[in-house]
Amino acid sequence: MVAQESHGHAAPQGFIRKYVFSLDHKVIGIQYYFLALTAVFVGIFLSLLMRIHLVWPGANLPLIGEIKPETYLALLTMHGTIMVFFVLTTAPQGGFGNYFLPIQIGAPDMAFPVLNMMSFWTTFLAYVVMLSAFFVVGGAPLHGWTGYAPMSALQSSGPGEGLGADLWITSIALFCIASLMGALNFITTTLDMRAKGMTLMRMPLTCWSWFITAILGLLAFGVLLSAGILLLMDRNMGTSFFLPLGTINGVLTGHKGGSPLLWQHLFWFFGHPEVYIAILPGMGVASQVLSTFARKPIFGYKAMVYAMLAIGLLGFMVWGHHMFMSGMSPYTAFAFSVMTMAIGVPSAIKTFNWLGTLWGARIRFQSPMLFAIGFVSLFVSGGLSGPFLAQPVLDIQLHDTYFVPAHFHLIMGVAAIFGIFAATYYWFPKMFGRLMSESLARWHFWFSFIGTYAIFMPMHYLGMAGHPRRYSSLGEVAYLRPLMPLQKFITYAAIITIAGQLIFLWNFFSSMRSGKKATDNPWEATTLEWTTATPPPHDNFGGHTPVVHNGPYEYGVPGAARDYVMQTDPATVAAH
Amino acid sequence: MGLVLLCVIWLITLASTYFFVAKTWWLPAGASAAAAGIDHQFAVTFWIMGIVFVAAQMALGYLVYKYRDGAHAGHSDYSHGNTKLEIIWTTLTVILFVGLNLIGSPIWAAERFRPAVDDATRVEVTGMQFAWYFRYPGPDGKFGATRPELEDPSSGGEAALGLDSKDPASKDDIVTGIMEVPVNREVEVILRAHDVIHSFFVPQMRFKQDAVPGLAIHMHFTPTETGSYEIACAELCGLGHYKMHGILKVVTQNEFDQWIKEHEADKQ
Amino acid sequence: MATFTPTVPTHRTAPSRGNRNNLPPIESGGDDGRPDSGSPDHSVRLRRARLGLLVALTPILMLFVSFTSAYIVRQGLPTFDPGSNTVVHDWLPIPLPNALFLMNTVILLVSSVTVEVARRRLARRVALEPVESIPGVSLGTETEFPWLGVTIVLGMGFLTGQFLAWRSLEARGFFVATGPSSSFVYLLTGVHAIHLLGGVLALLVAGSTVILRRRVESRHIVVDVTAWYWHFMALLWIYILTLMELAH
Repeated sequence: MVAQESHGHAAPQGFIRKYVFSLDHKVIGIQYYFLALTAVFVGIFLSLLMRIHLVWPGANLPLIGEIKPETYLALLTMHGTIMVFFVLTTAPQGGFGNYFLPIQIGAPDMAFPVLNMMSFWTTFLAYVVMLSAFFVVGGAPLHGWTGYAPMSALQSSGPGEGLGADLWITSIALFCIASLMGALNFITTTLDMRAKGMTLMRMPLTCWSWFITAILGLLAFGVLLSAGILLLMDRNMGTSFFLPLGTINGVLTGHKGGSPLLWQHLFWFFGHPEVYIAILPGMGVASQVLSTFARKPIFGYKAMVYAMLAIGLLGFMVWGHHMFMSGMSPYTAFAFSVMTMAIGVPSAIKTFNWLGTLWGARIRFQSPMLFAIGFVSLFVSGGLSGPFLAQPVLDIQLHDTYFVPAHFHLIMGVAAIFGIFAATYYWFPKMFGRLMSESLARWHFWFSFIGTYAIFMPMHYLGMAGHPRRYSSLGEVAYLRPLMPLQKFITYAAIITIAGQLIFLWNFFSSMRSGKKATDNPWEATTLEWTTATPPPHDNFGGHTPVVHNGPYEYGVPGAARDYVMQTDPATVAAH
Repeated sequence: MGLVLLCVIWLITLASTYFFVAKTWWLPAGASAAAAGIDHQFAVTFWIMGIVFVAAQMALGYLVYKYRDGAHAGHSDYSHGNTKLEIIWTTLTVILFVGLNLIGSPIWAAERFRPAVDDATRVEVTGMQFAWYFRYPGPDGKFGATRPELEDPSSGGEAALGLDSKDPASKDDIVTGIMEVPVNREVEVILRAHDVIHSFFVPQMRFKQDAVPGLAIHMHFTPTETGSYEIACAELCGLGHYKMHGILKVVTQNEFDQWIKEHEADKQ
Repeated sequence: MATFTPTVPTHRTAPSRGNRNNLPPIESGGDDGRPDSGSPDHSVRLRRARLGLLVALTPILMLFVSFTSAYIVRQGLPTFDPGSNTVVHDWLPIPLPNALFLMNTVILLVSSVTVEVARRRLARRVALEPVESIPGVSLGTETEFPWLGVTIVLGMGFLTGQFLAWRSLEARGFFVATGPSSSFVYLLTGVHAIHLLGGVLALLVAGSTVILRRRVESRHIVVDVTAWYWHFMALLWIYILTLMELAH
């Protein structure tokens, strides 16, 4: 980690220094975003194949042929892994966080630009290694994104559990290291590089969300890395961390004494904070966008900060709720369930405050706002199935049924994605100097909002009826047969919703080339990124150092000439 | 746009709520002693969360319509929040969420904190890729030893479990591919797995438990209605996960005794 | 908190139309120690680098906390033995190559001393740097370089010693998969060694900053951060050794 010079020097020249191995956090942010963009379309494609296979099992698809059970499980595993890591842990934090954290706090760059560049390229390497699992002998692993041992620890537990699984683990290990490097930058930058007047309690909630997310990552990814190391050792060096005495297909595995539950504890100690890593930036963006387009300060800024801190802290104390049925002690389960209900409280507070922000507002329905409103609706829907799963006595019935994917898709697979969309529509003008098409954005919104509800609401019904997860074929277990019409409905909804995402893709790329030119502050917003040029210059503020006088959400200030007061405006003395 | 948003949000809310309330697809009828308590807790949670769901979504739809730009003159109602309101709704939420959990806890305790009763019907349930095997201890009441090196899944039955014929206690063990138990008597299941994690799930019994290699997990449930119930595997275990189903038959005590006698006779 | 603060009407700047004229006044100093030239000064950069190191040490700590919890769990783990139909404990602590471990510990602690000497000498040099601009005054030649060199040698010595310790275990029949206890011994010492190797590489970089005649401020930051990392690795080693010995 060589000490960094922060921008006493000129911008880099040459294509490689400017766009490939750039040290500029803005370029790195865009690189992360494009990585996530390719990953999300890979992930969506995998899920499309899954949905088609479930309801039309014998279908002979062009170029792909018939989807076999092992293929389905590989699709399932890679869909989850790619989406959770390379989309939800990449776009909000590595993408938007990298681009806008320094600007929103008035800094010229991240604390350690070389490390920042390395963290992107390590993520990229991890992505390539992950995708390579598809192309090796045996193909991609079958064990789900959660990789439970012994299945993930025994090379003979199924096709793809050989080299494919080793590549999967290696990719995740690389991703851990990349994320830790990123977290280092986020935390140091937030603590040490805020401009004068930018106190912690004047930071936009996006900055708070990126900061807390980075802390979660800092504490959680090391544990995932440790689990990955132990798993690689069990798979390849004959150790038995996770493997008890056992046989597979009548053949002794050669291991003994290990504990499959140990994998679950280590994985979920990481895995639970991970889902908060996936949603917190979306919450920050929702707050930011809601306030901007409601023309009203965020309701209860301090409560919002404390709620995010509480979510972060409690997030480390609830991992056992993924393990209620695992054979874990029922007393321990009780303790985890109380903590899990507790963590619902700060999320509820945030929801009340978002509604409170809309009360008495003057809402402008531009595209970022549509997705922020959608975020709130979807977050409520997804969040409220939580208290069912949080109670072990109800989890008996619902664990490992479709009720669980209903819950986490609504929150991660839709609300968090809506957070990414809201951020994209919001910051696209600042990043690329052009406006996206509002009419295309509206089409995209309606397809996505209605479509995702149509896909994931019915999954609750499937779960309540006892439909287990991760079944590659629905024709064997008899009580599943009456549920097939619902599965078909979900598949049709998925096809339509996915088609609607192409509208977004078209809008994104065509606007980059020929969208209407954007002014520096098209949304009339107050935070620091809107004080600087569009797109921002290399050192973000053109040689000036911003000085902050106001809080981040001074909209509708009585007596002010306009309905917004920028953070740098010395004219208005506000409460903060 | 505000009005359109309100309509769409309200319609989605009403449509999804309809299917929940109409129980178009719902939990299968409970057939165990625990079902009443569990279903009651489910209902309480369902109604409370349902009311919150409807209220929150309706409020969202209403607010985006009522406070659309242009509906009111001038600037927004400038406010940074309301601490009193925050405290009130936070406290209510804590009471609601934690209270809900605590109400349900006695049912969890009843199911899981105590071991099975002494005269429970004991069945050892073993999962392996990709089948369930059931073992009854026989008249001696003891399960014979099994050894992993003796396991031979292709032969089925006792060989699949690796039953050690040298152990005298194993002579009267009955191994079957169908689980049969008498009604209205507690069943103690001892869950084991040979290779990877499986999970024993019978929806109508409101019973699920992972079967973990290296562990013998003792659980219990009490079936209260005779019938045939499907057992589904509820933990991803490999290629055949979707077809790893079994049958649980709940019969009268007489029928069960008869069934056991027949199996014992076969062993002679 | 509902706070409604009436605005104090003052001279307001013109509405932003996206041009440079409207930017807030330039202030010197600022919270992040940025003078007008745009580069932060040395003490700020040092503080930032140290903060970065502190943050970076956290996941390393979490990695070993995670290994520790796995270790403790495994030690006490009862395992179902189907042969006897009972639950047994199968943790058998392996005999450790204590002489080698002790020698390596001494080497590492001495290297901590040497790297600390290097760090302090460089800190003094940086503090006295302005003195060099006085004609006729000189601070003399580099004095921290040999201490860095000794630390690198000692570090490599430690790693060699660990390698010998592994060979000693293997000679007695304890390999990585021999039993749970041996797995953990190799795991803990191996992962620590990898991190220490990283420290050695950082020291080589620090040494190279001398040879390449980088500015003394940059050298100071590299050496300072590396020295603290090195101390952390020594403390971590003591912890690991204690953990393994306590198993007996």
